Amino acid sequence: MSATQSRINDFVLKIATVNGTGSASANNLLMKALFRMGIPVTGKNLFPSNIQGLPTWYEIRASKDGYLSRSGRVDVMVAMNAQTYRQDLEEVSPGGYLIYDSTWPRDKLLARDDITVVGIPLAKMANEHFKVARVRILMKNIAYVGALCALMDIDLKIVRRLLEETFAAKPKLIDSNLQAIKLGHDYARMNVQCPLPARAEPMQATGSSFLIDGNSAAALGCVYAGATVGAWYPITPSTSLMDGFKKYCEKFRRDPDSDPDSGTNNFCIIQAEDELAAAGMVLGANWAGARAFTPTSGPGISLMSEFIGFAYYAEIPSVFFDIQRVGPSTGMPTRTQQCDVLMAAYASHGDTRHPVLFPADPEDCFYMAVQAFDLSDRLQTPIFVLSDLDIGMNDWMCPELEWDDSYRPDRGKVLDADALEKMEKFHRYLDRDGDGIAARTLPGVSAKGAYFTRGSGHNRYGGYTEDADEYQDVVDRLLVKWETAKELVPAPVLTAADQHTDIGIIAFGGSDGAVREALDRLRDTGIHVNYLRLQAFPFNAEVQQFLDAHQSVFVVEQNRDAQMKSLLILETDVDRDKLISILHYNGLPIPSDCVVEGLSSHVAKEAVA
Amino acid sequence: MTWIAKPNVNFPGQTKNELGLSLRDYEGVTSTLCAGCGHDSITAAIVQAFWELAVRPEQVIKMSGIGCSSKTPAYFLSGAHGFNSVHGRMPSVATGALAANRDMVCVAVSGDGDSLSIGFGQFGHVVRRNLNMLYIIENNGVYGLTKGQFSASADPGSKAKKGEENRMQAIDPVATAITLGGSFVARSFSGDKEQLVPLIKAGLSHNGCAVLDVISPCVTFNDHDGSTKSYAHTRQHYHPAIHTDFVPPSEEIKARYDEGASLPIELHDGSTIVLKKVDKDYDPSNRVQAIGYLEDYRARGEIVTGLLYIDEQLEDMHQLSNTVAEPLSRAAYEDLNPGRDALKKLQETLR
Repeated sequence: MSATQSRINDFVLKIATVNGTGSASANNLLMKALFRMGIPVTGKNLFPSNIQGLPTWYEIRASKDGYLSRSGRVDVMVAMNAQTYRQDLEEVSPGGYLIYDSTWPRDKLLARDDITVVGIPLAKMANEHFKVARVRILMKNIAYVGALCALMDIDLKIVRRLLEETFAAKPKLIDSNLQAIKLGHDYARMNVQCPLPARAEPMQATGSSFLIDGNSAAALGCVYAGATVGAWYPITPSTSLMDGFKKYCEKFRRDPDSDPDSGTNNFCIIQAEDELAAAGMVLGANWAGARAFTPTSGPGISLMSEFIGFAYYAEIPSVFFDIQRVGPSTGMPTRTQQCDVLMAAYASHGDTRHPVLFPADPEDCFYMAVQAFDLSDRLQTPIFVLSDLDIGMNDWMCPELEWDDSYRPDRGKVLDADALEKMEKFHRYLDRDGDGIAARTLPGVSAKGAYFTRGSGHNRYGGYTEDADEYQDVVDRLLVKWETAKELVPAPVLTAADQHTDIGIIAFGGSDGAVREALDRLRDTGIHVNYLRLQAFPFNAEVQQFLDAHQSVFVVEQNRDAQMKSLLILETDVDRDKLISILHYNGLPIPSDCVVEGLSSHVAKEAVA
Repeated sequence: MTWIAKPNVNFPGQTKNELGLSLRDYEGVTSTLCAGCGHDSITAAIVQAFWELAVRPEQVIKMSGIGCSSKTPAYFLSGAHGFNSVHGRMPSVATGALAANRDMVCVAVSGDGDSLSIGFGQFGHVVRRNLNMLYIIENNGVYGLTKGQFSASADPGSKAKKGEENRMQAIDPVATAITLGGSFVARSFSGDKEQLVPLIKAGLSHNGCAVLDVISPCVTFNDHDGSTKSYAHTRQHYHPAIHTDFVPPSEEIKARYDEGASLPIELHDGSTIVLKKVDKDYDPSNRVQAIGYLEDYRARGEIVTGLLYIDEQLEDMHQLSNTVAEPLSRAAYEDLNPGRDALKKLQETLR
C-alpha cells in the first residue's frame, strides 16, 4: 500500500504508553472525539496485570463500515514507551506513521524506510509549561492528543467540549488540559505536513449508538432485571461488573422514603471472602427469594463448581457471569479468550449440565443479563453468561438500549401462601406439569411449604433417600427439564449468504465481529458462507439443522482445544469430519484476518484436491 | 424411604406456648444419629428454646453444612425451611439467605470439622460480617461419618480410638470468635440443658452473629481413655472378635454444676472432663480478660462454659450495608425498575 493512499475514517491508531501515567484518559478522549464526529469506533485496551510502570497499549479502530473487531493493521502508532519502541516500530503497517517523543533521542539503528517517523518533543514541552512532576507526566499524554488532532483532523471543538464535560467541577483542569492540547497541536501544525492520509472526517454513521463496555452493560441489565443481591470476590476482568452494579444501584435504588433508622439501599452487595462464599451467597439469596448473581472469571468458576453442582441438583436459581480471561490456571489475567465453554457447560462433579448464554457485545450483555435471571427462575437452575475480557472491559459502540416498562420478571413456579393453602400437601420435587420443573416455595411464607433443601440423595417428595429408584426418578426428571431448557434459551442467529452455499460457519460471543467482517471480505473474493451465531447452550433444533444443511462447517473460537467444536460433537448428531476449527488463542481479541485466512486457505486446499 | 417421619400427634394435656403450639410442633423427623449422641440433646434444647420463645416455625430458616451435626436441622422445626449445604460453606448460604430476607430467624448448626477445618474461613468471615444468626458448633473433636479421624478441635495429647495421639494444637472456636471481634460468644455442654436452653434463646435474640460452641460427645468414635471429648460409654459392649462397628444403646449424660465452681464429670469409663462455669465477677464485655481467662483454664485442662463475651452495640450485616428495612425478597419490581426514561437519560451521558 502506498504511503499516500488515504484512509479516511478507516484506520487503526495505536498508542503505546506506560500504565499508571494517566494515558487512559488521553486515549478515552481520542476515542470519544472520533465517536462524536459520527465515526464508528472501537477501543481495545491491552494492559498488563500490574498497577504502575509496565507497557500498555490502546488500539482505536475507526471504521466507516462499522467493523468493530481488530483488523490486524496499525496505521498510526504513537510510541510513548521507550521500552517497547522496537516492537512498536515493527508493528506499523507499511505506509503507516510512527509518532514518538523526540525529547530523548531514539535508537538510530532502529529505522524503517517504508513508514514515516515523526518526532514531537512532548515531554520537553510539558516540562517547560507545567511545574508539578505528576502534572508534567499527565500533560505529556494530553499533548499527544493535541498533536493527533492536527495530524488526523480530529475536531478540536469536540475535544474542548469533552474536556469541559469531564472537568466541569474543576475548571482549572480544563485550562491546563487545553494548554497541553494546544502545545501538541501547534507543534504538529508547524513541523509536520497535516493531515496524514489516515485521518478523520465528520460523518453520520453512529446514529443513536453510545459507548459502553460489556461489564457496565451487564450490570445495567442486572439492575433492570430486578436483581437485589450481588455477591462477589474481586477478580480481573469481572470486577468492573460489580463496580457498575454498585454505581447504578446507588443511582437508581436508593429509597428516599425508607425508614431512616434502618437503611436506604434497595440492594445488598456483599464482597465475599472468596469465590466459594460468593457462590454460596448467591444460592442462599435466590433460595430465599431475591434475584442474586455473581460476576467472576474462570478461576472463580473453578472454585464455585461445588456449589454449582448443588444448585443444579437442589434446583436453585442462580446467575453466574463468567468474564473469561486467558487460562489455564492464573494464565494471563488481562488478556482475552473463550476458554471456559466446556467448564461452564458441565461445571461440577456428577452428571451436571447448565444453560449458557453467549453475549457477543455489550448490547447482548444487557439483554442477556435480564434473560439469564428469567431463565434461571423459570428453570430453577444455574445459568451462565459467558462474556470475555474483550467484551467486558473494552469500549464498544452499542446501539441504543431500549427498555419496555411493561416487563415483569418471570419468577417461575413459586407457590404463595394461598396456593399452598389450596394444596393437600406440598412436595418440593414433584413435577405436576410434565415440563420437568417442580414448584418451589420461599422461606417465611407458610409452614405448609417448608422443605429441607439438600445436595444429598432426595426423592420427588423432597425427602432424603438412598433408594435406587427414587434417586433415578429425580435425575431422570432433570433430563426432562433439560429438554424444556432447549425451548427456552435464545435461538441461534442465522445470517444467510447472498447465494446458495455448502459452507457454513459457526461462531459465538466475542468472535462475532471478526466473523462478520471476514464474511464480507470473503464474499468480495467469491467465497460465500452461511453464518450461524450461537446464542446459547443447550443447542436447539436449529443448530442441528444448520449442521445438517452444510458439507463443511467452520467453527471459530478463541481457545486452543476447540471447546465449542467438542461441545457440538457431544451434544448434537453432527458428523465430526465436517467440522473444521479456526482457532485463535494468543490472548488478543481475534482479528478478522484470522477468519479470512483460516477459511480461504482451507477452501483453496479443497479446490486443489 | 430411608428417613422416618414422626407421627404428628398432639396429646391432650400437652402444654401450649403463646402461639398455641406444643413442643411437638417444633420437632422434626426422627434422628438417625447414634443413640446417646450429644447432638440429639442439642436438638431437644433447640426445640425447647424455640417453643419457649414462641417463634412461628415458618419464620425460621435452618442452615447447616455437612457432617453428623449438619444432619440435625431435619430433626427440629419441620415447619421451617432448611438448607443442608455443602461442607464448610453454611455461613455463605446463610449470608445470602439473610441478605434476601432479613426478617427470617436464622439458626445454623455446624460441627468442629465443618467450621474449624474445611469451613474455617467462612466461620471467621461470618463472625466478622456479624450476620444476624445463631451459629451452633456441635463440637466432639472427631470426624464421625468418616469413622473417627481427629478434628481440628481435638486437644493436644488426646488419643484417637486406635490409640494415635494428637500432637497438634487445638483450634478453640470460642477464643477464635472473640479474637475475630465476635459480638456474642458462648460455650456449653450438650448434657446441660439448663444452661444450654437459655444460651440458645439468648443467641437467637441477639442482634448479630451469636457463636455457641457446644461440647457434644461422640459416643461412637471418641469413647476411650485419653480422649478429652469422650464418654467412652460403649466400650464395655464392644466386641472386637468381629470387625463390625456396633453401637449399642447408651444413656445421655446429664451434668449439673453451680455457678463459680469447676465441676469434674466422671464418665462411664472413668475418664473425666472438667466444666468450669463463669465466675460471678467475670466480665463478658472485656475481650482481653475473656481471652486471658480462657487461656488460664485451658492450661489446667478445664473447659470454661457460659456466655463468655457479648457486645450488643456492634452493627450487624444489614446495618453495615445500609439495607432497607423491608426484606429485599419482597421488594416489588416497580420499586426496583429504574424505568425506560432513566435508561435513555443514562445513555445520553455516554455519547
